[in-house]
Amino acid sequence: MELLSGGEMLVRALHEAGVEYIYGYPGGSLLHVYDALYRQSAVKHVLVRHEQAAAHMADGYARATGKPGVVMVTSGPGATNTITGIATAFTDSIPMVIISGQVMSHLVGDDAFQETDMLGVSRPVVKHSFSVRRPEEIPELVAKAFYIASTGRPGPVLIDIPKDMTMPNERYEYAYPKKVKLRSYTPPQRGHSGQIKKAVELLLKAKRPVIYSGGGVVIDGSSDKLRALVDRLNFPCTSTLMGLGAYPGTADRFLGMLGMHGTYEANMVMHHSDVILAVGARFDDRVTNATSKFCPDAKIIHIDIDPSSISKTITADVPIVGPVGTVLDEMMALLDEAGEVPDADAISAWWKQINEWRPRHGMRFDKNENGLMKPQEVIEAMWAATNGDAYVTSDVGQHQMFAAQYYKFDKPNRWINSGGLGTMGFGFPAAMGIKLNFPDHHVVCVTGEGSIQMNIQEMSTCLQYGIPVKILCLNNGSLGMVRQWQDMNYEGRHSHSYMESLPDFVKLAEAYGHVGIQVKTRDELPQALEDALVKYKDRLVFLDVAVDPEEHVYPMQVPQGSMRDMWLSKTERT
Amino acid sequence: MRHIISILLENEPGALSRVVGLFAQRGYNIETLTVAPTEDATLSRLTMTTHGDDRKIEQITKQLNKLIEVVKLVDLSEGQHIERELMLIKVKAVGAQRAEIKRTADIFRGQIVDVSPNVYTIQLTGATDKLEAFIEAIGPGSVLETVRTGVSGISRGEKILSL
Repeated sequence: MELLSGGEMLVRALHEAGVEYIYGYPGGSLLHVYDALYRQSAVKHVLVRHEQAAAHMADGYARATGKPGVVMVTSGPGATNTITGIATAFTDSIPMVIISGQVMSHLVGDDAFQETDMLGVSRPVVKHSFSVRRPEEIPELVAKAFYIASTGRPGPVLIDIPKDMTMPNERYEYAYPKKVKLRSYTPPQRGHSGQIKKAVELLLKAKRPVIYSGGGVVIDGSSDKLRALVDRLNFPCTSTLMGLGAYPGTADRFLGMLGMHGTYEANMVMHHSDVILAVGARFDDRVTNATSKFCPDAKIIHIDIDPSSISKTITADVPIVGPVGTVLDEMMALLDEAGEVPDADAISAWWKQINEWRPRHGMRFDKNENGLMKPQEVIEAMWAATNGDAYVTSDVGQHQMFAAQYYKFDKPNRWINSGGLGTMGFGFPAAMGIKLNFPDHHVVCVTGEGSIQMNIQEMSTCLQYGIPVKILCLNNGSLGMVRQWQDMNYEGRHSHSYMESLPDFVKLAEAYGHVGIQVKTRDELPQALEDALVKYKDRLVFLDVAVDPEEHVYPMQVPQGSMRDMWLSKTERT
Repeated sequence: MRHIISILLENEPGALSRVVGLFAQRGYNIETLTVAPTEDATLSRLTMTTHGDDRKIEQITKQLNKLIEVVKLVDLSEGQHIERELMLIKVKAVGAQRAEIKRTADIFRGQIVDVSPNVYTIQLTGATDKLEAFIEAIGPGSVLETVRTGVSGISRGEKILSL
C-alpha cells in the first residue's frame, strides 16, 4: 500500500473522483495541498482572481456536464468569498465539492489569523459538510462528498481541512473507497408504482392537460424521456426558467416559459388546465403567483426526488417521490401496457384553444425605427448567429429574462443561469467554466453593465488560461429590472438604479488583453456578432451593445394575482 | 398543534447544530429540546417539541429527514406514547408554608432533594402539564427558580425507534 501525506491524498482522491479541473485560490492553510498539486499533472488548477468566481466556474461546469464542480480555497476570507457561489449552487441543486482550508486544529476556536468557522458559515447553503479530523480519513471523505453532492437532489458539499491534516512529512496508507455507503442517506431510486399508476390514469382522462417541466429534468438527464412522453400524449409543455431546453424551445408543443415573465399562452394554459403534470419542478413563487389563486381547476401530479418539494407551496393530488427518469420510464411502460390514448377530441379542442391564445401576445416587442436597439432583438440576432446551439449563461435582471424568452433552447444543459438565488456576477465565470471544458462550442455570457462588473476581474483569468468566451453586454446604463419595478410600482422614482460613471468596456477588455467591440446601432450588430464568433474565434470578445433603457420585460404577472393575470405591455393588461 | 419529534441522530460534532439551524433558518419554533447519547455510542437520541399545523409539521419532518445525519425520525404525537419531563424547582418555604409545600409535593409525587432554612428544592417528573399544574398549585409567587429538561418521549407498546 502506498504512503501519502494528507495533501497528496486529497489531490489523488480528487483525481480518482474524476476531477480534471479545480477552480481555486491558494493561501496559508492550503499551502501543503497546493504543493502536492504542483507535483502532479493529472488534476489541473485554474487560478481565479476572486474566490466567488471559482465557485461560479465550478457551477457552470457542473450545469453543463452534470458532474460535480470542484472549488479549492484557503481559510477565512478565501472560504467566505465562496459563500455566494455555494448558495447559488445550493438553490439550483447543482453538484459541487468545496475544499476549504482551515487553521491548524490546535488553533481552531482561538480566533487565529484567517480563521472562520466555515462549517458554521456555510451550513444553511450546503447539502452537507465535513471537517477532517484525521488525515487518513481524507480519501473516504472525498468519496462521500462526491457521492452526496451528485446523488438524490444534488447540491454543494464542503470539506474543511485544518492545515495539520495535510503535513508533508506525515504519511499514511492511501486507499480510495470503491463504494460509498451511508446508513442515514439513501436517495430514492424509483417512484411508488401505485402512485405512478394513478398518475397515468389521471393523464389519460385529462381534457385540458399541461406538462410543467423544471430543472429536475435537466439535472436528471431525462430530457429524452420527457420529450417522448409529451409527444406520445400530444400534451402542451411549458418549462420553468431552470428547465429550458429539456423540451425543445422551437417545437410546436412547447408553450414557452411559464410564471412571472412566462408567455401569455403558457400562463393561460396553466390557469385553465384540469391536470398538471409537474416534472422536477418545485412550484416556486416566481412560477405560481398567488398560491391561493393557483390553477383552480387543476389536479396536480408532482414528480420530484425531494419529498420536501412536494406539497410545500401547492398541494399535490398525486405526489410521486423519485428520480424523474425512472418515473417517466414507468409511466411510458404503463401507457404501452394499457394501450390507451388520451381523449383525442378533448385534446384537439384544447389545442384549438391554445392556438387561439398564442397570437394574443406572441412575444412581440416594438423596434425603435431610429433610436436604440431593443434588447430582445439583440438576443434574437445572437440566436441566429449561433444557430441556436450555443451554451448561453446569464447574469440576473432584464437581460436574463430576455435571453430566457428569446433564445430558443433546443437542448438541455445549454441555458446556464442563477435561477433560484438570482446571483449577479454569475454569468461570466460560469461561462468560463463551460468554455474550458467545451472548447469547440460557442459559449456566450449574456449580461448587463451592472452584473458584469460584479466579476469583471476574471478577464485576467481568461487571458492566463486562454478562455475565449463571448460577453454580450446589453448596456442600458441602468439596473434594468430594478428600474422596471420602480417604473411600475414607485412612479418612476429611479432610486439608485442608474449606473453613473461606467467604464469604457472596449478599452477595459483591451487593457486585459482581449477584444472589445462597441455596438451602437442595429446595422453594426450582425458584423459585430460575426467578428466575435468567427474572426476572433479564439479571443475573448466583449460586445458592449447599447440598448433602450425604457424597455420592460413582458409579459409580467400582476402581483398577488392568478397565473392568468398579466401585464402584456406598459398599457395592456389581461 | 403540539408535536413531539423524536430523532436518531449520528453522534457527530456539528450534527445538533444542523438540526437547530434548520429550525432557525426556516422559521420553525423549538419549544423544548433534549439530546443525549444512546446505548449505541454512534447515535444520539433527540426529542423536540414544536407547534404547527399539519402542513408545517410535514415540512419540518421532511426537512429534518433531508439532513444527512438524521438516521431516523418519528412524530411521537401521531401515536400512543409516553412523555416525561424532569423539573428542579426552588420554592420559598418558611413557617407554615413548609408543611403545606411538602404535602403538595407528595401529592404530585415530587421529592424534596435539598433543604435550607428558607428554601426547598423539589424534583418532579411527569408530562409537561403535570409540571405546570404543580407550579400552579404551589402558587407562582412562591417559586424562586425552575429548571426543566424539556420533553423526552417514547412510543408505547412494541414500536421502537432503532436502526
